Amino acid sequence: MKRINNSKFRKNSRFLAFIPLVALALLVWWVLWFMGMGSLMSLEELNATIGAALANDGSDERAFFPFIPAWPGLQPLVRLLLDTPHFFVMFWNTFRLVIPSVLGQLVLGAPAAWALSRFRFRGRKILITVYIALMLMPFQVTMVPNFLVIDRLGLMDNRLAVILPFAFSAFPVFIMLKGFDAVPRALLEAASIDGANAVRTFVHVGLPLGVPSILAALVLGFLEVWGAIEQPMTFLGDPSAWPLSLFLPQIVAEELGLAMVASLFMLLPAVLFFLFGQKYLELGIQAAGIKE
Amino acid sequence: MSKIFAITLQSGRKYVSQYVRRSEGVTALAFLAPSFAGILIFFLIPFADTVRRSFYDVRGVNFIGLQSYTSVINNAAFRLAATNTLRFVAICIPLLLLISLGIALLIRCIRPHNALFKTTFLLPMAVPVASIVLLWQVVFNDNGLANSVLEFFNLNAVNFMGSGAAFWVLVFTYLWKNTGYNMILWLAGLDSISDTLYEAAHVDGANKWQSFRYVTLPCLLPTIGIVSILSLLNSFKVFREAYLVAGAYPHDSMYLLQHLFNNWFVQMDVSRLSAAATMLAVVLLVIILLIRGFLDEKD
Repeated sequence: MKRINNSKFRKNSRFLAFIPLVALALLVWWVLWFMGMGSLMSLEELNATIGAALANDGSDERAFFPFIPAWPGLQPLVRLLLDTPHFFVMFWNTFRLVIPSVLGQLVLGAPAAWALSRFRFRGRKILITVYIALMLMPFQVTMVPNFLVIDRLGLMDNRLAVILPFAFSAFPVFIMLKGFDAVPRALLEAASIDGANAVRTFVHVGLPLGVPSILAALVLGFLEVWGAIEQPMTFLGDPSAWPLSLFLPQIVAEELGLAMVASLFMLLPAVLFFLFGQKYLELGIQAAGIKE
Repeated sequence: MSKIFAITLQSGRKYVSQYVRRSEGVTALAFLAPSFAGILIFFLIPFADTVRRSFYDVRGVNFIGLQSYTSVINNAAFRLAATNTLRFVAICIPLLLLISLGIALLIRCIRPHNALFKTTFLLPMAVPVASIVLLWQVVFNDNGLANSVLEFFNLNAVNFMGSGAAFWVLVFTYLWKNTGYNMILWLAGLDSISDTLYEAAHVDGANKWQSFRYVTLPCLLPTIGIVSILSLLNSFKVFREAYLVAGAYPHDSMYLLQHLFNNWFVQMDVSRLSAAATMLAVVLLVIILLIRGFLDEKD
């Protein structure tokens, strides 16, 4: 009898838990809905509904947002795809920052993480502490040091000024280090190849076993660079090299229809990448949370 | 017996490890070199130079002692920015910790059907700030959706971007974006608490609140530390929202240290910037060490 009551209680409390969760989730769902539906609206409808919020003409007309578009139209999308070549330049610019940065993080970071996780040598603990301390510093602290080097190397306004500091960042090293740490030694020894040298062991044993944490670093790195604002703003003076993240706020001020669709294009790759790698992303977040 | 065995094993390991250490050191160096060279070139060496420059004039030639530091501390914009940043952190982090812990607990209540909600709350961290600038303006502009809603409930419209409310808009954005990240950390912390503890509490007649207060909370202590450290560091990223929506000089209530750094950079005020960066690094390191020290003591 008591057990039945208990399970009933559990069911009730489960149901009660749904209410606040749905209420809070609406804050996220609504944003996605807004972005999706807004991109399907014709320019006229956008102007008639949310246009009031951006007009700043002193009128008292308030903005509103219809649940579904009344006059769906694809002109803003078509215009973006056909009439705005500079949009594609910016889109491409973003990839030209993201791909080398993330590749660099993996190629440079994975061996370093392997060394810190698997080898025992003097100074190892200090090195790990250095990586953690750097990982915890916000851009405002590393901005001046980065600038001093970039300026000395003559890389100002060069894409490398953004790519290199990202490629050498400490966070991915730390995540992969945690990942390699999590691989049981016995498994490593079982998989190790007799007489193989350190490089072969790393490539054939370490890398395959470290895949989850490598993917975690990949996903977090992608999201970080894709949305980066401070770094390109500080180190890329020439607007023709700007990524989408710097370009978008400008068109928001100029053209509502374009801004809506362009925002969606900025959002989509990040969301898709997120959905693809959510499992690994969670792993990466947890890795940072484990006390060593 | 097993103790003796362990000791022999340990001393044996010591011999082996001394030998291994030398040969492994060389290999480790080879693996580490590319990454660490970059760390040295892009972060450590120039940071030392930054500290040096904070004691020199703008050209980095003449020693001026603590002049840059006093000039930073006496600077009105710095004081405003530092106060706002402190206020922001002091309000946001406790709020964020509470809300994300609440969500984590709720999400555990509805196990195993919680995947949708986990994804939902984590998603904002993937949303690039630039892609929601438009939405922000549509919501918080004078004639925006937030005011439409207020009007619907017969409440007075608020000038969100041009008054002290701007600060709270920023707080809301920070919470929106970071709740999921912390939720994952809390969930990991909650998962690591062994069920036997709860069973023991149940046997002792503890009710739900008591088992939360005396089992869950103490077990979450280590998580609280790391969650606060990471929340503090993520709080520096709200600059993106603030800057993209309100520009380099937003309403006074949300003029943060990040704005100040950015503006001094534009003015190429290297000495003051170096002094400010050094101070920020020191303050952050002290806070991190304090939190960690506090936790180690608790363990």
